[in-house]
Amino acid sequence: MFDGYLLSLILALPALGAAVLAFLPAENRSLLRNVALAACLAAFAASLLLWTGFDPSTSNMQFVEDHAWFELGGFQARYALGIDGISLFLVLLTTLIMPLCILASTHIKKHLKAYLCSMLALQVGMMGVFIALDLVLFYLFWEVMLIPMYMLIGVWGGQRRIYAAIKFFLYTAAGSLLMLAALITLYQYNVTPNFNIVEITGALSDGRISIPEGTAYWLFLAFFLAFAIKVPLFPFHTWLPDAHVEAPTAGSVILAGVLLKMGTYGLLRFCLPLFPEIALQMEPTISCLAIIAIIYGALVAMVQPDVKKLVAYSSVSHMGLIVLGIFAFNLQALEGATFQMLNHGISTGGLFLLVGMIYDRRHTRLIEDFGGLAQVMPRYAVFFMIITLSSIGLPGLNGFVGEYLTLQGTFLANPVYAAFAATGVILSAVYMLWMYQRVFLGKITGEANRQLADLNLREMAVLMPLVLLALWMGVQSSQFLRPMDASIQKVVDRIEQAREPQSFRVENLGR
Amino acid sequence: MDANYIAILPELILCGLGILVMVLIPSAGREGQARLGYLSLAGIVAALVASALLWGNQGTALFGMVFQDAFGNFSRILLLFASGSIALIALPYLRREGILMGEFFCLLLFATAGMTFMATSADLVMTFLGLETLSIATYVLAGFRSKDLRSVESAWKYFILGAFSTAFMLYGIAFIYGTAGSTKYQAIAEAVSRDGGLPITFAVGVGLLVVGFGFKVAMAPFHVWAPDVYQGAPLPVTSHLAVGSKAAAFVALLRIFQQVFPGLEGDWNFVFWTGAVLTMAIGNIAALAQSNIKRMLAYSSVAHAGYLLVGMAAGNPLGAQGILFYLAAYAFMTIGALAVVQVLSRPGEAGIDLDDYKGIGFRFPFLSVSLSVFLISLAGIPATAGFMGKFFIFSAAVQERLYWLVVIAVLTSAIGLYYYLRVIVLMFMHEAESEPPAPTLQPSLRAVIGLLILGTLVFGLYPAPLLELANQAVQF
Repeated sequence: MFDGYLLSLILALPALGAAVLAFLPAENRSLLRNVALAACLAAFAASLLLWTGFDPSTSNMQFVEDHAWFELGGFQARYALGIDGISLFLVLLTTLIMPLCILASTHIKKHLKAYLCSMLALQVGMMGVFIALDLVLFYLFWEVMLIPMYMLIGVWGGQRRIYAAIKFFLYTAAGSLLMLAALITLYQYNVTPNFNIVEITGALSDGRISIPEGTAYWLFLAFFLAFAIKVPLFPFHTWLPDAHVEAPTAGSVILAGVLLKMGTYGLLRFCLPLFPEIALQMEPTISCLAIIAIIYGALVAMVQPDVKKLVAYSSVSHMGLIVLGIFAFNLQALEGATFQMLNHGISTGGLFLLVGMIYDRRHTRLIEDFGGLAQVMPRYAVFFMIITLSSIGLPGLNGFVGEYLTLQGTFLANPVYAAFAATGVILSAVYMLWMYQRVFLGKITGEANRQLADLNLREMAVLMPLVLLALWMGVQSSQFLRPMDASIQKVVDRIEQAREPQSFRVENLGR
Repeated sequence: MDANYIAILPELILCGLGILVMVLIPSAGREGQARLGYLSLAGIVAALVASALLWGNQGTALFGMVFQDAFGNFSRILLLFASGSIALIALPYLRREGILMGEFFCLLLFATAGMTFMATSADLVMTFLGLETLSIATYVLAGFRSKDLRSVESAWKYFILGAFSTAFMLYGIAFIYGTAGSTKYQAIAEAVSRDGGLPITFAVGVGLLVVGFGFKVAMAPFHVWAPDVYQGAPLPVTSHLAVGSKAAAFVALLRIFQQVFPGLEGDWNFVFWTGAVLTMAIGNIAALAQSNIKRMLAYSSVAHAGYLLVGMAAGNPLGAQGILFYLAAYAFMTIGALAVVQVLSRPGEAGIDLDDYKGIGFRFPFLSVSLSVFLISLAGIPATAGFMGKFFIFSAAVQERLYWLVVIAVLTSAIGLYYYLRVIVLMFMHEAESEPPAPTLQPSLRAVIGLLILGTLVFGLYPAPLLELANQAVQF
């Protein structure tokens, strides 16, 4: 019944929540929390309607909204929203993670109102990135989300929060400015009356728009850099450990859970369909960087003394695998990569939540300070185990499906890459399990650890959805993969078309 | 060809009121000065309404000395909006600093009349007269805090360099008159498009004209006066210099190069290209090193002249449209930022070092959030009018295939991010070192700042109405 404006509604609910928050008294903390939570839950409920109403048989955009926005020099920027199989679950992931983050933010006492407003503004930006179809609108959301994240790290972060916040901001903003230059240049070649990504992709594939190869190369590079910084791909990853470590728990969860996905989503939605020829040319270089990220991230994670830093570097490794899958250009790998985006959101998001919970109790995250926690906090140990297993890809849990598909697809494309990537997967089991062993098993080492309270009801309520989802996605993966099929097949077709000689294009003119 | 005084009604209101205020100063006494301020404000609003009502008129007036067109009216409304906000912001400032208000507002009215004449002028002599009316009034305004050496220095510097630039401009006008045979824009335009072109002396004239305007808009390398003058001038005058005076010079420049010299374009784009690159680079890099927020905003204002010059270098209708939009956005954010700085400052303009902003974020939420919005807009981050303006201007440049110019503009904007954000970092992420007393925020100032924020955000999210008006305005 909301079909005509469901996406706008999902976008507006958190914004509305933030507006209401602004007028509430700052002293009444529980009221503030409840209003923010209600706004996030309402957005989540609305986004479930997207899933139930989604038609998996088509690759077309669904729930489309398209209104005039502004006109400039003969072309129209439009308020165009829509989702397909690629963005559907990323939207759901966002709306799911946000209420959990609000629930997990009870330790925030300082400037709570501003904190919650930043979180809700962040949600608007992230949602917008996944559902915007107009390139200008996409860019707007892409940048809008920077400021609240910057504030989250800089105001509510740890010791070196200011350094981390500025580093985060400058890295990502530098990337996005390049993307802006590319966007403006792209519009010079545009023959469609507006700036809709679907129409531009269509016009590129049937030859109505042709971009000289030299220009296309630079454009690809500009887009790719913006996304690679966000992913972050080696060697652009150095902002990530700082940002993750310094950010408050909810900030890390959002960073890992959703923000990094904006990079891989951008690769899948823009880089590949817009410039498939260049993507094919650049594939060896990018795959190489992805493999370095996988192995380097894993090796660095292994030696981290700080659990949060370990999880941060594991992110670099996991995101490398996703990029590798995307640049394998076949259905299995792309679906695996997309599935893996969701997995990473769930497992890494979960890990950051868990690390935050122990940090709230002990105010340390160093592995050496712990040991034998399983005896003191059995429930915590169980949750930690499940999420760890999900992260390292144990069959039966979600991680396995994503990693398997990605590796299989990569193997089809290039067995050597797959061999390297598999090493990374093994390494991930090593560092995660080794960390688990040192923290949870053995004797209780520190005296301070004996009195630790186990998880309370609220904390279990935060973790339970993630654990259940990890199981569900592991067992019933087809429910998640089916809706992606058509949309991802379309991306694969686009790449295949670029591989083929010119004759193939003529046949496809009617598409 | 007749006088048609209705067409210059806004200017008549401004000048008439200026004279009236001047006459009333002695009789108003110390207490009545504020009333003169409100009277002037009412006059500026009346002039603004008159300009809006004149929208749609065509042709020339005042014996062919001024145009009646959408461009003139759009620019007038923009300039009057800037002056009106500045007048309202200046009232509490003047009271606090103990500056006589009558003279201030009288000069502001004359300066504003000069600016609006520059916007509608159809004759180089008229442009020059407008510019001089603006400049002479502004020289005096810059020195209004006469007890402060900086203010005196500011007025002197501005006067000497301003007189210098005026000489350049007048010399240029003389060359143009000598070769084209007229100072009327239409006659010059006809001469330009005549077969065989014009002798080299015409180019010399245009060059000197560009130098003269270059001083006024603070185009590098003619920008050197700007930081000192902006810093020394009283805060509302800084706003007037950075916004009103610069915008007036830009619209006059825009009209000359887009309406009068369209046949000349190709040769001059390079001058603007170079000027834009230098101005953006110098403004942004120098702003990095500032420890005083007023001086930082002065360099930022130089940088913004650079972005506007990118639109001049593009030299197409899209660029003109972009410049008009950007000037409006620039007015919102710069006047807004300086208004917040004024509220946060203490008598004698103390407390405007960046260090004074440490930790005020959560203490004065309205002011710091407002300042953040203006700075974010200046930095060109989306959802603000500042971003939209940059987007339009850069698009115009790419349309002319000025790729390198856009790349440089984007890179220098990236430098800008750092110093704008540094203020936000200081406000929200640092702890306060001392407990400054809470600033007094008058309801009128709260209203102006609120209005400017509204403009910054609404046109950042939905630029269509303003963009459409700007589009009508550039259909010469």
